[in-house]
Amino acid sequence: MTTQPAELATYNFAYLDEQTKRMIRRAILKAIAIPGYQVPFASREMPMPYGWGTGGVQVTASIIGPDDTLKVIDQGADDTTNAVSIRAFFAKVAEVNTTTSTADATIIQTRHRIPEEKLVEGQILVYQVPIPEPLRFLEPRETETRKMHALEDYGLMHVKLYEDIARNGHIATTYAYPVKIKGRYVMDPSPTPKFDNPKMDQSEALQLFGAGREKRIYAVPPYTSVVSLDFEDFPFEVNRFDQPCALCGAEGVYLDEVVLDDRGGRMFACSDTDHCEKRRAAGHKGSMASEGAAT
Amino acid sequence: MMTQSDSVSPYPEPANGRGENANPPLQQAQGKGLPAFDEDKPLLSASGVSKFYGSRIGCEDVSIDIWPGEVLAVVGESGSGKTTLLNCISTRLMPTTGTVTYRMRDGHIRDLYRMGEAERRFLMRTDWGFVHQNPADGLRMTVSAGANVGERLMATGARHYGDIRATAGDWLGRVEIAEDRIDDQPRAFSGGMRQRLQIARNLVTGPRLVFMDEPTGGLDVSVQARLLDLLRGLVTDLGLAVVVVTHDLAVARLLSHRMVVMKDGRVIETGLTDRVLDDPRAPYTQLLVSSILQA
Repeated sequence: MTTQPAELATYNFAYLDEQTKRMIRRAILKAIAIPGYQVPFASREMPMPYGWGTGGVQVTASIIGPDDTLKVIDQGADDTTNAVSIRAFFAKVAEVNTTTSTADATIIQTRHRIPEEKLVEGQILVYQVPIPEPLRFLEPRETETRKMHALEDYGLMHVKLYEDIARNGHIATTYAYPVKIKGRYVMDPSPTPKFDNPKMDQSEALQLFGAGREKRIYAVPPYTSVVSLDFEDFPFEVNRFDQPCALCGAEGVYLDEVVLDDRGGRMFACSDTDHCEKRRAAGHKGSMASEGAAT
Repeated sequence: MMTQSDSVSPYPEPANGRGENANPPLQQAQGKGLPAFDEDKPLLSASGVSKFYGSRIGCEDVSIDIWPGEVLAVVGESGSGKTTLLNCISTRLMPTTGTVTYRMRDGHIRDLYRMGEAERRFLMRTDWGFVHQNPADGLRMTVSAGANVGERLMATGARHYGDIRATAGDWLGRVEIAEDRIDDQPRAFSGGMRQRLQIARNLVTGPRLVFMDEPTGGLDVSVQARLLDLLRGLVTDLGLAVVVVTHDLAVARLLSHRMVVMKDGRVIETGLTDRVLDDPRAPYTQLLVSSILQA
């Protein structure tokens, strides 16, 4: 591997030892070869608690090289604790360049969002996945869900959507919306809002999913069909927002609701902070943007 | 291994999801231009079926045939191997020795235990039904009645919510469950209603063969009587072949054409129901028949 700075002598490049990275890379290759299939892997303890992205961190650590530029987002934001910590972690143990700009990154580790800016060939999107099994809440037995995947026995998935419509009059699943990969495996896109599902379809970027606690890796290779499950008379629809971003005025992007005070004041702003900042820097202005914006 | 259920051609396309599915399969077979249904050959044929649990006998050397449209009752005291036999011939339990063959809708006779699992599962949810003694075993207790009935349709490719719901409503009506209960969970149903729901769930794909394990067990007599009445009507209307396991001779007399009496895992007497009950030959059958309490 690369030369280690003296003060990091105790760490291998990118924290994981080479044998572990090799094992994870094998799992990743298998996952890419069978799009949507959950490959078991020997997940390691990471210096962070389960649920904070141990799966994503292991995938990133296995694929990152000294020349990579890493971006980490948490719910679209580059400046939240989780994102900042993971970015700092890799800056330290792999000495890679980090960025908040989507276009400049070669690897983007994400928790529950896909950047608004279109990803391009050569980029890799690494998802942190809490529960990789889309059938888990319908069928608790792992032995049975595996068999269901093997036999393509996915009637149960539509039972869930049917229940949604019967109870709410529409498909009320708004995140972790099940998708079918390349006409074969049903996959949980991790708890991304279903708003992001269409971005996964025929994506130019490689998409890798790591679930550390559940010890599963799966992948969607570039240019692979990703179809959100639905009914003929209740087709898949993405969430719509009836107002643009209050800061940058963007429409057709995913917005976060921000409570401003205890008198019902609220605003809707881009969940993708990088996208929002770039737009503001380019002169776009929303209804609530302060003078001298673009911080 | 079968990967696509669609490639199993012998079955009529269930995707329209309408009540017409429930037509007697005989007509469907002819309508599809398949070989005419041969009433002279058994639908399901078990020969020399034995199941040993270690050194204990579940059932031993049982050979039975089930003809299209006939109701066969398997009676005997508890522990006589009735349920083991039922599980063996319905592919739920692999017999130790013996073969079970089934005549598919295209007229081919297939060995059930030589089929691939995908094909066997497909057979079980299209051409067969299984009514459990305890409805909780055969229902999904946490999804609505409509979804319970619709599950098989969705599993075989129905993707139109309105159609699935209409079919489910139609079937709830047929089993005397009020249509406004379609969105209730079976947890909110009485024992008799649950059992009727389970029957609807099984019959929605228009199966040719239904296995029933003590369908009236645990119900009080008036509910039993109505359920039996309903079953009798459905069996006649749909031309179903039924294997019903029961310890209740009254149920056997009311429902079945032919009877198999089991004792200690072996078949000790077979014959037309009226003949066996009115003129029992084997000493054990005589004992069984004479044990009925006279009201």
